[in-house]
Amino acid sequence: MATRQTHILGRILVAPSIVLLFLWMIVPLGMTIWFSLLRYSLLDPGSESFVGLLNYQYFLTDPAFFTALANTLVLVGAVLAITVVGGVLIALLMDQPIFGRGIVRLMVIAPFFVMPTVSALVWKNLLMHPVSGLFAWVSKLFGLTPVDWFTDYPLLAIILIVSWQWLPFATLILLTALQSFDEEQKEAAQMDGTPPLAFFFLMILPHLARAITVVILIETIFLLSVFAEILVTTGGGPGLATTNIAFLVYAQALLQYDIGGASAGGIVAVVLANIVAIFLVRLVGKNLDA
Amino acid sequence: MARRITTTRRITVTAAGWLVGFLIFFPILWMVLTSFKTELDAFSTPPQFLFFHWTTENYAIVQTRSDYVHHAMNSIILALGSTLVCLVVGIPAAWSMAFAPTERTRQTLLWMLSTKMMPAVGVLIPIYLLFRDTGLLDTHVGLIFIEFMANLPIVIWMLYTYFKEIPKDILEAARMDGATIGKELVFVLAPMAVPGIASTVLLNIILAWNEAFWTLNLTTVSAAPLTAFIASYSSPEGLFWAKLSAASTLAIAPILVLGWFSQKQLVRGLTFGAVK
Repeated sequence: MATRQTHILGRILVAPSIVLLFLWMIVPLGMTIWFSLLRYSLLDPGSESFVGLLNYQYFLTDPAFFTALANTLVLVGAVLAITVVGGVLIALLMDQPIFGRGIVRLMVIAPFFVMPTVSALVWKNLLMHPVSGLFAWVSKLFGLTPVDWFTDYPLLAIILIVSWQWLPFATLILLTALQSFDEEQKEAAQMDGTPPLAFFFLMILPHLARAITVVILIETIFLLSVFAEILVTTGGGPGLATTNIAFLVYAQALLQYDIGGASAGGIVAVVLANIVAIFLVRLVGKNLDA
Repeated sequence: MARRITTTRRITVTAAGWLVGFLIFFPILWMVLTSFKTELDAFSTPPQFLFFHWTTENYAIVQTRSDYVHHAMNSIILALGSTLVCLVVGIPAAWSMAFAPTERTRQTLLWMLSTKMMPAVGVLIPIYLLFRDTGLLDTHVGLIFIEFMANLPIVIWMLYTYFKEIPKDILEAARMDGATIGKELVFVLAPMAVPGIASTVLLNIILAWNEAFWTLNLTTVSAAPLTAFIASYSSPEGLFWAKLSAASTLAIAPILVLGWFSQKQLVRGLTFGAVK
């Protein structure tokens, strides 16, 4: 049994983390909220004035906001679909008796460790370049016209790059979950002659449900703020074609120096992320009891 | 009873597995190959796969022209510095929550996790302005602080899940034998906690090394790590593919090796213990 003394000590030991995280969360967030209520431009310092919710009104009625919101949702949704479906399929494959499974596994998870700026630039230039890129050469092999990715399908190009980065994460987590599947159940199903598809949908998929939920929630948190990949490939363009909420806020603050407007955008991003976060925290909390 | 696996099935899945693995790994392989080409070969159509003039000149040029070592040092300082601070603050917190939980521990842990979910862009502006006014922009201290705060929740969570697995009876026994909390920590807990701490360190180094929101927004030259250094190739030097590839290969190599060693821990750390 813990004594009173250890309880007090315990509190002293946790305190620094709590205080720091609390400050880290509350001070900047409070400032963002405050800035979002001001007319505040870095080009015109000293002229800040309180404008109430005007920034929100501008930000939320700006067509750029809806484009950015739509881009954000398309990006998150498409990457989730690709990585979850692809991740399940690849995890099922990796669970098979492959010769040299360890090496295959290393190759599959490698993209996750590549820094975002590297993967974005390597894909943009070496692979997706419309003239000298490898994809262009492959399409010519098949007698097709090479695709000019970043001119014709810029958002799709970003989706492919980000999916490549996150596919290993989904695969790794789903594979871990798959490996905890009861071996005896698998054998029993095989002896009974259960068709593979039925076995997959009735047994495997329900077993993976929790892991899939975790993958979706965690990826969503990270995907809502994809930034570096956009900055180094398209800079949000052409036009607004690849501007997501995170990039829009960045552009408004550090390129147009509109602190008030950008802060309102930042708060909108926080609200969006929180909607997802509530579900994730609940899920993890449930797991903590078990 | 072992399942019988037919040879045909083994060959089929092996072929499929290697094909998928190769395709996913290919962009990295292609980047490494390109880094050993001349700029001319890097652009050539049809592409040169293996039979080109191999050269290491790009690696030399990357260093002399853009001071690769300076940025690599920044990445190392950032990754190790933030990890160290995370451990100093996180270990005591995780230890006390794992061994002397109170009725509020659960809530505290979940709250810590929730701070990780605040999108960086929501606090970019105040952090940027505060850093500008206090001279922390483009400094090691500023960046280490940010990475520390960003990763602290993950570090505490991971350590907590490891510490919880250490049997409490052992501590009771040590206490019965009259060990003080200090001794308990050094002689009993530490040896059992080292594997968990090591995994946490690995994960944190990987996260800090690859973090590309704060590093891109808060640095320019003197504290810029490799993420920002590579970003500078987006234009117009992105035209030099062989050099871009050489710089990129150098930038990802160390973390790729670390990452390969820490796959299992990665699952645990990134899912906050929800999948083991």
